This record gives sequence, C-alpha cells and structure tokens, in this order.
Amino acid sequence: MAKHVVVIGAGPAGLETSAKLSKMGLRVTLVEKEETSGGHLKNWHTLFPGNMPGLKALESIKEGLDENVKIQTNTQVTALEAVNDYFTVSGHNGWQEKADAVVLATGFKLFDARRKEEYGYGIYENVITSSDLETLLAKGNLFSNHKNPARIGFVHCVGSRDEKVNNLHCSKLCCITAVKQAVEVKQLFPETEVFCFYMDLRMFGRHYEELYKEAQEKYNIQFIRGRLSESTEDKEGNIIVKVEDTLLGKPLRIKTDFLVLMTGMEPAAGTKSLTAMLGLKDVSDKFIRPLDEVLQPNFTDMPGVFVAGTCSGPKSVSETLADARSAALAVEAFLKE
Amino acid sequence: MTFDLFVIPFFGGLLFMIIVLFLKYSRWIAMMDASDRVKAGMAFFSASLPVTIREIFWESLLHRRMFKKNPLLGFMHMSFALGWLLLILMGNLESRIYSGGHINPPYYPIFLKFFIHDKRVLPFEIFTLPGFFRFTMDLLLLFVLSGLGLALFKRARSKWFGLKRTTRHNSFDKWAIISLWLIFPLRLLAESFTAGIYQGGGFLTNSLGHIFAAFLPLKYLVYPSWWAYSSMLGIFFITLPWSRFMHIPTEIVLIFLRNAGIEQGKYPGSFSQIELRACPRCGVCIDVCQMNEAGLTGSSAVYLIRSLREKQAGVFLHSNCMMCGRCLEACPVGIDTLGLRVGARGVDNRQIEADFTYLAKQPVPATKADVVYFAGCMGHLTPGVKNAMIKIFERAGIDFNFLDEDGSICCGRPLKLAGMQTAASKLITENTKAILGTKAKILVTSCPICYKIFNTDYNLNGMQVMHHSVYIDTLVKEGKIVLEPAAFRAVYHDPCELGRGSGIYEQPRNVLKQIAEVADVAQDRENSLCCGGSIGDLAMSAVQRNIIRDGALSILCESNPDMLVTACPLCKKTLDTGNGLIVKDIAEIVADRMTVSIKQTVSRSLAGQMSV
Repeated sequence: MAKHVVVIGAGPAGLETSAKLSKMGLRVTLVEKEETSGGHLKNWHTLFPGNMPGLKALESIKEGLDENVKIQTNTQVTALEAVNDYFTVSGHNGWQEKADAVVLATGFKLFDARRKEEYGYGIYENVITSSDLETLLAKGNLFSNHKNPARIGFVHCVGSRDEKVNNLHCSKLCCITAVKQAVEVKQLFPETEVFCFYMDLRMFGRHYEELYKEAQEKYNIQFIRGRLSESTEDKEGNIIVKVEDTLLGKPLRIKTDFLVLMTGMEPAAGTKSLTAMLGLKDVSDKFIRPLDEVLQPNFTDMPGVFVAGTCSGPKSVSETLADARSAALAVEAFLKE
Repeated sequence: MTFDLFVIPFFGGLLFMIIVLFLKYSRWIAMMDASDRVKAGMAFFSASLPVTIREIFWESLLHRRMFKKNPLLGFMHMSFALGWLLLILMGNLESRIYSGGHINPPYYPIFLKFFIHDKRVLPFEIFTLPGFFRFTMDLLLLFVLSGLGLALFKRARSKWFGLKRTTRHNSFDKWAIISLWLIFPLRLLAESFTAGIYQGGGFLTNSLGHIFAAFLPLKYLVYPSWWAYSSMLGIFFITLPWSRFMHIPTEIVLIFLRNAGIEQGKYPGSFSQIELRACPRCGVCIDVCQMNEAGLTGSSAVYLIRSLREKQAGVFLHSNCMMCGRCLEACPVGIDTLGLRVGARGVDNRQIEADFTYLAKQPVPATKADVVYFAGCMGHLTPGVKNAMIKIFERAGIDFNFLDEDGSICCGRPLKLAGMQTAASKLITENTKAILGTKAKILVTSCPICYKIFNTDYNLNGMQVMHHSVYIDTLVKEGKIVLEPAAFRAVYHDPCELGRGSGIYEQPRNVLKQIAEVADVAQDRENSLCCGGSIGDLAMSAVQRNIIRDGALSILCESNPDMLVTACPLCKKTLDTGNGLIVKDIAEIVADRMTVSIKQTVSRSLAGQMSV
C-alpha cells in the first residue's frame, strides 16, 4: 500500500504539495481548519505579474488534485506525535490519521493593523488594509460611495520592519502589492492623486522595477519616502496623514479620502502552535526555521516533518508554489529511504 | 592616668574626619543658592526642627523604613546605629561619674576600661542597680555584635534579608567595612582581656576574660588589643568621608535640609551632592529595578549614585533607566533618584539648539469653554482613547475645547526626562500661553506624562489640571454619565507617571469597578511594574523592552483576566501585544458602557424642541 502523507493547511502551498505528492503515487490527506481550501489566495483579486485573478490561479492549482488526495476541512490540528516510524496527527473534532510523513503548510496571517492604532484602522472608517482593498476590487465596488476620491494614500511596511510591534522582518511583497494596487486604483480613478509612503522600495522580483517605473511615469503616482507618524479623521471623514518627507526633510500633512495600510505577514496561529508543539526551531520572527535555509529549505530538525510555503517566511504565490514542489520532492526522497 | 599613646590612631582619625566633614559641608553650603541658605538657617528656629529630629530618630537611628522592607535588615542597621550611639552616650555618662562631672577628652570614655579598673559601687549606682553601667555597656556591645553577626550572615544568605542582589562594593567601601566589622570584636577582646586581669567588666567581658585568662598570656595581649581597637576606629574614621559610611552623618544633614524645604532644583547643585553621600548603598533599589530582567544590572540607582559621587563618566548608565520610580519608592533614605539621573543626563546631553520658530504658530481656540482637553502626543497615537474622551464629553453635555485637535507641540516631559531642561522650558512657555489662552477652568489630559509635567513645571494661574481618569470619576459621581456594568473581569495597571509619579491610584479603579469586576494584581499601586514602553529610557533596545513588558504582563495576567485596563495611552500601546488579550484605556471602557440617564434624555429632548 502506498505511503501516506498528512499535509496541514490547504492554502496554495498545501494544495500544490498534495497535488505533486499524489502524482508521485503517494496517498495524501490535506487538513484544513477552515470550511474551504485556498487560504489567503481565495480572497485576493489579482496577482502580479500578469494580473491573473486569485481565484483563477487557485483553480489551476486545484486541478492537480486527484482521488489520492483526501481533503479534511473544518479540522484544527491539535496534536502531532511521532510514534515509532510513523506520526499520529489529531484534530480538535476527534479526527485522527496515521502518517509516514507530515508537511506543515500552515502559512501566514496578515498583521493586525489595529495594533498600529496611530494609523486608525478599526477606528476611522476610511482606513482600510491592502487585503480589504483586494476584496473591494474583487467585488467591483471600490469606493462606491466616493465617485471621485481626490487623494488616496498607501502606507508601506505596516507591521513589517517595525521594532515597536516586534516585527523586524521585511514581508517583501507589500512593496510590489502597493505599486500594483496604486496602479489599479489609478486605472479606476484617473483623476485621483495617489501617494505611496515608503521606507525603502524593495522591487526584487522580475518585472517589479518596471512596474514601479511605470507607476511613476505613466500613472503619476507620488512616492514619498517617509514613515507615517499618525493619521487623524476630520469631520467629513477624510484622513489627515502626518508624515515626514525624508528626502526633502519636510513634515507633511496630507488630506486623503482613503488610506490603505500595506499589512505585513506574520506566522499564522497554526504555524506558531505547531512550532511550539513539535519543539521546532524558529528565529526572532517566529517563522519556522528549516534544517538549512539555503540547502534544505523544506526539511526541519525533525525527520519526517517538512515545511512548505509561507510558514517558513514571507513568499509570493509563485515562490510558494515552487517551494511546495520542492517540499514534495523532499518528502518523496525521505519516504524512499 | 588619662592618656596613653595608643589613643592616637583613634583620636587622630576622629580629628581628621571632623576636619574633612567640616570642609566638605562648608563647601556645599557655600555652593547653595542664597535663598536655600536662608531657608536652612531659618529651619533651626522653625517648626520643622522637631519634625527633623523625629525623622532622624526614626530613620537614622531606628531605621523604620528598613524594618518595613525586612525586619532582619532593619534590625541589622538599627543595632549598628542605635547600639553604637548608646555605647557612646552611656560611656560618656559613665566616664563623667568617674571623673566627678568633668569634661573628658573624647577618647577617654571610649577607652574607659583601659584607664579605670574600678570595681567599687559608684555613688550614683547605689540608687539604681549595682554594676548598672558594667552590665549595660556589655549589653549594648552585645547588641552591636548581634548586628555584626547578621551582617556576616547576610553575605551568605541575602535572601533572608529580602535582598536577591546586593551592592557590589569598591575598594574604599571594602576598607571601611572591614574596619567597621573589626571595631566591635576588637573592643570585646580588649575589654575582655582587661577584665581577665582586673575583673572590672560586666557579664560578658568578665566571663570571657575569665575564660581567656585560663589559656592566654593576657598580660602581654591586653595592650596590643587596645592598640588594635584604636587603630580600627582610626581607619574607619579616615575612610568614612569617601566610603558608603559617609551616609551616617550626611543622612542627618539631608533630613534637615529636606524638612527646611530645600529641593534638588533643575540643575545638579549642592543638595544633589548631599543626596549622593546620603546613600548607604544598602541595595534595596537593586531588586526592585526591572532593568535586571533585561540583563541591565549596572544602572540601578545605587550605581548611578556611586558613579556620580565618584565623578565617573557614565552616559550609558545615565541613559539606561525607564524612570519608573520604583527605586524612589523603595529608597529608605528618600533620595530623589530620578532627579539625580535627570541632572546627570542634563550634563551628558548638550543643550540642543533646535529651531523653535514653529512654536509661535500654535492655534488658540476661538470659542470659550470651561473645559479644555489636551490629548497629548500619545493620545494622538491612540485615536481610540481620544475619540472615547470626545464621546464622553459629548454624552456628559460638557462644553469643551480640544486644544490639540490638529496636533500640537509636546508637553516637554520627554525633553525634561532626557535632561534637556532648556528646550523643555521653551515648549512649556508656549504651551502655557496656548492653555491660558483658552481661559478654561479645567485642563483635562489623557496622557499621564503630560499630566505629570503640567503639575510640576507649568504655572497655569490656578487652572485645575485633571487626568481623564480623575475627570471621568468626577463625571460619574456628579451623575453626568451613567455606567452600565458588564460581566467581565478586569485587572488595572497603574501607569508609572500617574501612580507613583502623581499619586493617582483610586479614581481609575473607582470608575472601573462600576463596570467590571476588578481582580487584584500582586504588584500594584506603589509597587506597580513599568510596562517597558517608557519614554524615560534613552538607550534600551526593543528586545530588552519586550522582556520587561512580558515580565509585567505575566504578573498582570496571573489571575487570567478578560481584559487589561490602564489609564495611559503609552502603557496601553505597549501592553497590547496582539496575542489575544484585550487591552484598553479606562476612557475607552467608559465610552463603551455609557447609558443615557433619564435626566439627560429629558433635557436633550427639550433642547431639541427649542431648536425646532
């Protein structure tokens, strides 16, 4: 009988790993705490580069699943124990499976922007997050009660590279997402002035720099280097932003209709609890530390337990999928031994 | 016989110490402001003198605050201070009787047993007990020796004395402490040896003398033992002005000056110099310092004071302190540890010449209202708090001006804590103008940091300054807002600047108790822990702050509360780690739980009809 792998988390990483493991002839159980699979991707309007809708990308990934993959939703993993040469994985609802290998694909959670209370998320109606913006774009009702917003601001690094919220790491995708979203907004509202408030712009990926250039030259998006100090709401519900333009060395006060906070990535609750449960190593950012970040990014200190996707650090969807395939290969190699 | 060569080390040491102390104190008195000198002079004739004497008796002799900290520690300090003083007084009395009332040289009572070997019952003693003095003097010596025993025991088991960590000593302290410790055993030996030969001692020295006589050649030992005793006294007196034992005379001076109404002042002066020397380095401040948790053990108040006294450079030491005031609260001598640190920072941080031209543009509200609200920088960084206060004002029907609605200049307290007094004064002047310009009667602020400096450094012509927790308490008591209880259990965190800094402990709790069940916290009120977010520290890393915060959180959450409530925007921000625990400001809880009282409903509907 084919060996059995339990994959925890049915986001892009878990789905892709399962699909590839199944192709390799292994039996897979994919456990998901939520009602449906897809993770954050199912709520994401479009991906960059290529502007593929998140749902469409998700469908393509799911096409790889076959009858060898059993999906167990609404199940929160509460215990994972190594017994002799196999693992027992148990869920909160009594679900239990034996596995020859386990893949952690528990992913990330978005930083809770309410923790940066000075930006007013959850207090001022017109302060939203990048994730909210994707949802609004997907629904097609972005700023529906504001026909022509005069100004919109994007705030980079909310919950990333910020000692005050104990997140030193860069979430790396928020920069390109802000540029992508700024362009999308500008396409919808050409008359609107769009500002991006950034510390550094980290345009590391292919086509990223090009889009950034286009955003400035074609779409006239204003990039202001400076970290927001605070925002307040005036009586009309506009958001007044206080920021220092550190290139000009001048403090600015800008009245915006909407403020979009580019929330960073933190390890998901499930990532944290499994790390603690298994006694896996993490670093100060609390993402799981693989056995070797360069050579063995999918192995952990615990033989038979693997990582895939953003539970081992922020990744784009394309990077996540590549990591998932790499994890599948690692599992196969391990089970063959 | 009233003189012998061996008294010279003692007598010389004593004279040396007296001259040094005289010179030192004269210099500090000369450095004082003229007004302070007048105050000090007047204090000899004012009602503060009995208070001073009482305090000296309770604190310098009996060590009452030490007893409160730990009975063993208190007894140890008391036995040295009180025991030694009584030995001196009794010895003097005894020597007077022997000399028929004449004034004797200072060494005479100290070494009386060397000079007089009299076993007669003195005339005075006929009326009391035979051998009264011999008995009492031995008892007092035993009392001091018991303190010495405790001091030695403390080296091994400091925890019994309520101290986890004790002060690390420098070489001067070591010389002084060794001589101090040897003084009394040597006195015991000298007197016992003498009693062994002449039988002129009390219950202790006579019995010991008897034993020693059995196996020691006392005839040869007795004279060297008096030399040794006198020499130890000499060493102690010579080292005293530069050792921790300078606190013995200086604490008395400090108590006197403090009761005379003399304060530290904005810049380090002679009062600070006296405070530095009044520190006994008892180490009580070390354990209460939360910096230890973050591995920062070298900047506790005792080390700050020592480094200042020894004029060591210590920018890092001066900077590394949250200014939470726990050491101030714990200090048995009542030294203003925070003031000393601010003074030191003032010397470190050159007075920055910043551009203050923007200050002239502070807007003043056009309309007049009795209440003016100042959210403060931290209030603006926590819009939830600011909005809650606006909601509360509106619900209570209070006519108010929001002074810093469009942002404002800083209250000046962060600059003051950094020792930048000049810059702080500029902000204070401008803010004062803006505040007084509102012609309000009450200034309400959401930030305990602002609240503290409004009270200490602003002259607001009698305008009442209220922290919002106190103001809300008043509104509730006046029935202007009515609170609806909810079924949850909360703990209250005392912010440093509001609690220890300003003495406000009960009002926020009163308000909170109207809404929720308030659970106890092991370390609260005066003993409350700093949240770790303090603006007072100029050097700590975020990681170190987090360690301190987590330590405070673990104490606060021991009872597993549903909510953590505080009254400081900075504490709220710091303690909210996003790990599921709800952290709120008292104003936010109140804003959520206000109901409309019947009176308000009526008056509002009437107002509505009138406007129609």
